[in-house]
Amino acid sequence: MNASTLPLSSLRIALVGNPNCGKTALFNLLTGGRQKVANYAGVTVERKEGRFTAPSGRVLHVLDLPGTYSFDANSPDEQITRDVCQGTHPGEPAPDLIVCVADATNLRLHLRFVLEVKRLGRPVLLALNMMDTARRRGIAIDVAELQQRLGVPVVETVAVKRGGAQALIARVDGVVPMAAPLQPDDAASRADLHAQVRELLIASVRMPRATALLDDAIDRWALHPVFGLAILAVLMFLIFQAVFSWAAPLMDGIQAGMTALGGWLTQALPAGSALHSLLNDGIFAGLGAVLVFLPQILILFLFILILEESGYLPRAAFLLDRMMFKAGLTGRAFIPLLSSFACAVPGIMAARSITDPRDRLTTILVAPLMTCSARLPVYTLLIAAFIPRQHVAFGLFNLQGIVLFTLYLLGIVSALVVASVIKRLRCDKSEHALLMELPAYRMPQLRDVALGLWQRTVIFLRRVGGIILSLTVLLWFLSSFPGAPAGATEPAIDFSLAGRLGHAMHYLFAPIGFNWQICIALVPGMAAREVAVSALGTVYAMSGSDSALVSQLGTVIAQQWSLATALSLLAWYVFAPQCMSTLAVIRRETNSWRYVAVSAGYMFALAYAASLLTYQLARMLT
Amino acid sequence: MRLSNLPKGAPAVVDRVDDAHPSDPIAQRLRDLGFVDGEPVRVTATGPMGGDPLLIQIGSTRFALRRSEAARVAVRPETA
Repeated sequence: MNASTLPLSSLRIALVGNPNCGKTALFNLLTGGRQKVANYAGVTVERKEGRFTAPSGRVLHVLDLPGTYSFDANSPDEQITRDVCQGTHPGEPAPDLIVCVADATNLRLHLRFVLEVKRLGRPVLLALNMMDTARRRGIAIDVAELQQRLGVPVVETVAVKRGGAQALIARVDGVVPMAAPLQPDDAASRADLHAQVRELLIASVRMPRATALLDDAIDRWALHPVFGLAILAVLMFLIFQAVFSWAAPLMDGIQAGMTALGGWLTQALPAGSALHSLLNDGIFAGLGAVLVFLPQILILFLFILILEESGYLPRAAFLLDRMMFKAGLTGRAFIPLLSSFACAVPGIMAARSITDPRDRLTTILVAPLMTCSARLPVYTLLIAAFIPRQHVAFGLFNLQGIVLFTLYLLGIVSALVVASVIKRLRCDKSEHALLMELPAYRMPQLRDVALGLWQRTVIFLRRVGGIILSLTVLLWFLSSFPGAPAGATEPAIDFSLAGRLGHAMHYLFAPIGFNWQICIALVPGMAAREVAVSALGTVYAMSGSDSALVSQLGTVIAQQWSLATALSLLAWYVFAPQCMSTLAVIRRETNSWRYVAVSAGYMFALAYAASLLTYQLARMLT
Repeated sequence: MRLSNLPKGAPAVVDRVDDAHPSDPIAQRLRDLGFVDGEPVRVTATGPMGGDPLLIQIGSTRFALRRSEAARVAVRPETA
């Protein structure tokens, strides 16, 4: 390819490379916030595209392809990378230039893939990333020699530094020929690739030490059989404490803000009219329900992103693999399962990183048992209302925090139990690999964490926001119509569709201690868990309770419910059948209705059994 | 000697990767990741439960391998 054949106005670039080469950081540096995140058609692989304008005025479209070790595709994302690079992907035009990103501190592994990309015979450019770290560690790379021997242009980049992609941009934007088309050499076997890498390294790279001293020192502690597990446990506990305490003032602020906004916007409308009620009790209550738990999700996402960016997550997977393997999972499932603490939707999507289809399916089936933050509003409400705010163990811990921690633990334990039952039931007993790289530790970068947080939040709100809002409005409709006949003495909601439904469900749920108000709240609660709280608010507001009490729903239920009922509802929510969004994601990720039915069915059975046990035990003891 | 039997910290070089069964994808992936003849390899850590998985350092890369995966790799211990 030379300058004359290049369209000057725009250029399509694909970024490829091994996992952990800093490709996404480079992508973020190049494109900033101008990114579009979607899916490749028909598969569950994330497609990230961005663009930037080079100094010459040419618009460069950048595609961030999934990281892969080789073109010998083991998983759908590796297949996508291969197909796009080869130009055989149906929905994706072949890129004008493939930018192969390699970690300069780990060339022995990464150069092999560079050679594999080179064999495609397409225009290739090698970006030696993390050159700053390489220099700091005394790794000397003769770039000119490497470029000459490889036969492709080589540029140095530092993805974590402002201006760290200058050389790359200049090269891509330059009018000089960028890469001569190469002939694929099919004769070269895989072993030859390794031999070539060895020759290249001998000729152009000098490494004083194979790994960073600091990494080895950290790993001695982080992977220590005792201290490593202790560090992991402390980290998890701190995250949950932070989620519970940091988010509280923000949540109170959002709640108060939404109520005030609703009141202010509807003050012109006659009180008691249907529109006034729809806006206040339907739409603004629904918006509040969506927004109120956003601080918790953001804090959880933030911690997960920092752990992910720092390189700690694979260490945690290493520590837990044995235990998870015994339960029929894999250490890799740790990452999707941890994400499921924020929400099962991103968690199930993160299960894509598990290359093995069987391990992936098990992870998807148990991921909803992890306590997602949508359960938190329910837990928060019930714990605040029924568990005394007491300091125990010399004032170190708060009893409410301990109960919350126990509920989380219960979710984890039940996920392990369910996974081992699945392991026992399945027919395929063949071996499935762990084979996981533990990357070098890295300081998380503000830009990458911020962009990741933003993208995850937008995806989450898009998936979940619409469903929650529409269900809240639907519930308002169900609980408002038909209205009470004139002269009726019972609360109006008793006559509504929701009231009738709640009373009908009450027969099924009475043995586990649920009253009909809870039953009504369960309908939208099964569709989207956290709506149960706003639904309870709606139910009690419309039952004629003083409207001032609605904001203090906790006080109302503390007076009206028994402790056994509250504990039973908590137990229900540990297992509660997942929300519509989760079911929709399971359908999409497994491409099967059967697994949707299986997961909804087993969770309902578990939830009912757990609540029955809790309620009957609690009644005996109190 | 098998990589799974290599004592922690002992230096060795890879001899070859054996297929556990015909067309073994795990063995193939190990070869792709650089487990080829002559590469220096070392066990640097073991998992907290039952000493599984193993943390293997090969070149400048660390891989977590389960013992059954590491058993596919034949190594020659080096007398350091």
